[in-house]
Amino acid sequence: MAETISKESATKDPGRRPPAALGKADSSDQITRRSFFSWLSIGWLAFVAATGGFFTMMLRFFFPNVLFEPVQTFRAGYPDDYTVGEVDLRWKNKYGVWIVRNDAGIYVLSTTCTHLGCTPNWLSSEQKFKCPCHGSGFFKTGINFEGPAPRPLERFKIVLADDGQIIVDKTRKFQQEKGQWNDPEAFLKV
Amino acid sequence: MLDKFRGTQLYKSIFRGGGVPKSRRQRMMVVLNSVFLHLHPVRLPKHAVKLKFTWCMGGLSFFIFLILTISGILLMFYYRPTIEYAYNDIIDLAEQVPFGIMREVHRWGAHAMVITVWLHMFRVFMTGSYKPPREFNWAIGVVLLLLTLLLSFTGYLLPWDQLAIWAITVGSNMARATPFLGHEGPGAGLLAIGDINFITMGSDVRFALIGGRFMGEAALLRFYVLHCIGLPFIIMIFMAVHFWRIRKDGGISTPV
Repeated sequence: MAETISKESATKDPGRRPPAALGKADSSDQITRRSFFSWLSIGWLAFVAATGGFFTMMLRFFFPNVLFEPVQTFRAGYPDDYTVGEVDLRWKNKYGVWIVRNDAGIYVLSTTCTHLGCTPNWLSSEQKFKCPCHGSGFFKTGINFEGPAPRPLERFKIVLADDGQIIVDKTRKFQQEKGQWNDPEAFLKV
Repeated sequence: MLDKFRGTQLYKSIFRGGGVPKSRRQRMMVVLNSVFLHLHPVRLPKHAVKLKFTWCMGGLSFFIFLILTISGILLMFYYRPTIEYAYNDIIDLAEQVPFGIMREVHRWGAHAMVITVWLHMFRVFMTGSYKPPREFNWAIGVVLLLLTLLLSFTGYLLPWDQLAIWAITVGSNMARATPFLGHEGPGAGLLAIGDINFITMGSDVRFALIGGRFMGEAALLRFYVLHCIGLPFIIMIFMAVHFWRIRKDGGISTPV
């Protein structure tokens, strides 16, 4: 029974539709050469835009919004916490700075060696900063005097907050060879 | 028995052509039909494989690369790339894990590969094998040298001892001076709107490399991923092209 039905439809079917080869189909649902190329260009543009967008995302991916690093600006206590003539080591590990107080005031030295970026040690018996990597030496002021370091240690911005505490801002640095150590924010008069 | 096995569908579906190659043409087809062998030249001139001429440094480099891949994968079963565990895992690998020599194999193999790659380049230069039609393959070789050095550099940090941390600190500080992309390099100030500088310590190429302003957890993880996945993936693509081009450029150059 089922066989006879399928045979019937198979014989009837070609008769219903006009043959495509005769070209009598409605022109509205036909793809012309022109519309083919415009769709092709739109397709390519979309592809390029999507690819470009993805690569932009990939690049941005490598720059996270939150860093789990010590903050760049911090409160370092009161000026009286620091002894005159001493190099203070308490912030060295956490923030990478030495706070030095002399008769005139307080300044903040970066612990990054200006040669290749290692961390020098303060040798109090010899009154100098000595870098273990390549032997650069710096005076207590930060001026380089031996080894391969090409310029003095950098200083950071130091100001007093309203409550009398010291604020150290590491985003602002002062370089001696550029004459920036004379800047009022590079040195806190006490 | 063996001949019977050669007649099975299993054998014939794996090894096309079938049977022991008898003619020169059949032997050639064996090489051409294998995805691994086809990278290699079908025929070698007798004098081109003289050790005196080639030093076998290219082949040795590849051999050492294979050793490094296998020993490196083995090390990955024990090593954890975090500040808390990295150094201890290296000690553990050397002292507690069976065949603790595996870590030394990887380390000394890395040194050896850098040396053989340099010597290979030296040999290719001294024999003039960089000349046309092999100039493009020379350029690929330079990229391979760079990738070898980068693999060596990224692997250097992973033991997370003092030597590693400070060596990578020094090494990555050079990236600060990259033109336009490093915050201390020439042209870094050009990309700015008014006072707002876009290339800073927190957004330059060094930051992208070590994932922070200072050497830390992020740097270790990034170097680990680059060392184990990123760079090996790239170097294998370049190596495939490098070997294939030797064949396409007329085989190993011959002594004049």
